[in-house]
Amino acid sequence: MDFIFTDDQRQLRDALRGYLARNNGFSVRTATARSASGWSDSLWRGLAGDLGILGLLAPEAARGIGGNATDMMVVMEELGANLLVEPYLETAVIGASAFGAAHAAELAGIATGDLRIAFAWAEAGTRFDRLPRDTIALRTTVGWRLDGGKIVVTAAPMATHFLVTARIGDEPALFLVEAGATGISQHAFPTIDGRRAADVTLDAVAVPDGALVARGGEAIERLCDIATAMLGAEALGVMRVMLDDTIAFTKERRQFGQAIASFQVLQHRMVDMYMQLELATSAVYRAVLSLDAEPVERARAVSAMKVMVAAACRFIGQNAIQLHGGMGMTDEVAVTHYFRRATVIESEFGSADWHRRRFAALSRAA
Amino acid sequence: MDIAWSAEEVAFQGEVRAFLGDKLTDDLRASGAHMTSVYADPGHARAWQAILHEKGWVAPAWPVEHGGTGWSLAQRYIWQRERIAAGAPPVSPMGVQMCGPAIIGHGSDEQKAFFLPRMLSGEHFWCQGYSETGSGSDLASLQCRAEEDGDDLIVTGQKLWSTHAHAANWGFFLVRTATLDRPQKGITFLLIDMTSPGVTVVPTVSPAGENIQNEIFLDAVRVPKANVVGAIGDGWTVAKYLLEFERGGAAYAPGLQIDLDEIKQFASEVRGDEGGRLIDDAAFADAIAQARIDVMALEIFEFRAMSDAGAGRYPHAIPSLMKIRGTELQQRITELRLLAAGRYGMAYQPQAGVSAGPVHFPHGEDAFVGPREAAIAPMRYVSERAASIYAGTNEIQRNIIAKIMGL
Repeated sequence: MDFIFTDDQRQLRDALRGYLARNNGFSVRTATARSASGWSDSLWRGLAGDLGILGLLAPEAARGIGGNATDMMVVMEELGANLLVEPYLETAVIGASAFGAAHAAELAGIATGDLRIAFAWAEAGTRFDRLPRDTIALRTTVGWRLDGGKIVVTAAPMATHFLVTARIGDEPALFLVEAGATGISQHAFPTIDGRRAADVTLDAVAVPDGALVARGGEAIERLCDIATAMLGAEALGVMRVMLDDTIAFTKERRQFGQAIASFQVLQHRMVDMYMQLELATSAVYRAVLSLDAEPVERARAVSAMKVMVAAACRFIGQNAIQLHGGMGMTDEVAVTHYFRRATVIESEFGSADWHRRRFAALSRAA
Repeated sequence: MDIAWSAEEVAFQGEVRAFLGDKLTDDLRASGAHMTSVYADPGHARAWQAILHEKGWVAPAWPVEHGGTGWSLAQRYIWQRERIAAGAPPVSPMGVQMCGPAIIGHGSDEQKAFFLPRMLSGEHFWCQGYSETGSGSDLASLQCRAEEDGDDLIVTGQKLWSTHAHAANWGFFLVRTATLDRPQKGITFLLIDMTSPGVTVVPTVSPAGENIQNEIFLDAVRVPKANVVGAIGDGWTVAKYLLEFERGGAAYAPGLQIDLDEIKQFASEVRGDEGGRLIDDAAFADAIAQARIDVMALEIFEFRAMSDAGAGRYPHAIPSLMKIRGTELQQRITELRLLAAGRYGMAYQPQAGVSAGPVHFPHGEDAFVGPREAAIAPMRYVSERAASIYAGTNEIQRNIIAKIMGL
């Protein structure tokens, strides 16, 4: 048993933290989020070229680094602490995990920064269920035809490609579709955490044979579990900043002639925030270290993690705002931006209720 | 003891419903029902106030001689419930509920004659100037200075969290006219014409992207001493009177009950985690049931407070208890709305609702995706975090109760 980060991982963390502080500080990041496109091409190129982390999970043969899940956890936590708005999770985690040897060109495209991926899985009629219901793939003479609709597809407006879940008969499957393909239309909008998303309609979208990336429910469940675990890692960074900022603010803010951090009721609140973060961190470690386990064990660890992380995001987020007092209700202070990201993370890839039910169902079956 | 409304009260409810049914236009109804925060937008609030003014129902809590309705506490409760249920926007509280009582209790005859009718008609739209950068929970430490100069006061300083100051033409302020042994001494309650030279209003953008609050800068603003309410240096007394005026009249439960009705309706129209309707999911149904149980208890607590106040008794812990519990439940209900919204609760679509001020974050125009309730849910969730902070944080309210309990 070993829960110590390697020297390489520590160096990766430090390098990334320094790079993001220099190139994507709070004001830069906020300006990017509110720009017309909602993302920064130069930062994206930097993640690919200067840092090489877009190809972290891609094999070396496909111009990647061949890193493991723990490496990725380190990266995601730092991206969370920086509130990065670019589609790193969708591209470098979900994309890189979806593609196998048959899609070496796409893996290389991820590593070089040429591909930006959006994961189109949620449908209006499925709530948080991961498998497609109303998006259908039909065999054609030259490949496949896709019809259906996806809701709140994160990063869709800035994506070069979509990974779309669709049914082949009763079998769930995953397809790669170019964002500009004929028959795709988007209704784009911002999300409350300053990102971009779209409702996406697929109307007789024709894709070639090679667009079929994976078949079977387990492939999609696995992909969603990887995404959820890494989202949890991102949440740790988001929560760490909220806790640190709250501690710093309450030490500085004076009322009734003393720092408000000296009031016991606020001390205990911050202790509870700290405890929630430590337990959420532990749950994330278990989930990340279980990603290669057999499906039920993996799924239970991930769902257990999401329940913990959702509760911690809510408790730490709400109390970070509360302890900032009036300042916590302004756009000026960073903590309110982290609060909004934490709020999105709570329900992304399934609410706490959804994951608690999944955990219970898996536990009954086990 | 009797838990039922009297025949007169039931008849009054019918009269209120008939009035609301007659006078509420679709536009006004939407402006109240689709609010993205607890605040109505000033335009709709004033339009509705004009209709209420014609009927004489703007200020139910005021004494009849100043334009009040003469309603009992029970009638005021019924009015509030029916107004919210019908979707009418609230009248801005800054004038009628806050500054008005201060003038009624401590103002001069000239102030009453000038300000009260204009407050009722909506000609004067009010904002508040209390908090400062260094004075939030510790309000009495405020530093905004007012120096005497003949018949005038010269005011210099800064104020924060002033709701709708950008739309207001009058403001009521707490300013420091003297520094004495206790911070509560030497504070003066002052009415300031917001169009005076030296007044600058700077928008504060909320985490929901809306400009509802503002910062006010006062640079040597000349204000006639005739605008002091009460005596110079006696502003703390006036401010405390203002806080106590509405005791027994404020109630959270009516709005909370209607919120829960709306969520139940919405949850019966969207899919849940178990494949059927959300309202049939065990976890969601339990959460709604718990909220309903909490609101039912608060409702009877508020009835008891109302009944006690009617009998001349009003324990001092009551307003703090109601503020804590009422705002906690308001916040809980926004969590339930967000839960019901599902994935669409991630989208930023203020255009689906009615914002109480200009929206500063990028967003779409008229069209929006998903149900309107889902689009409004995250706006309300984020905005409502303010409820446990404003008007004395819930931590401060607990301190007040602890003191009253003799701890």
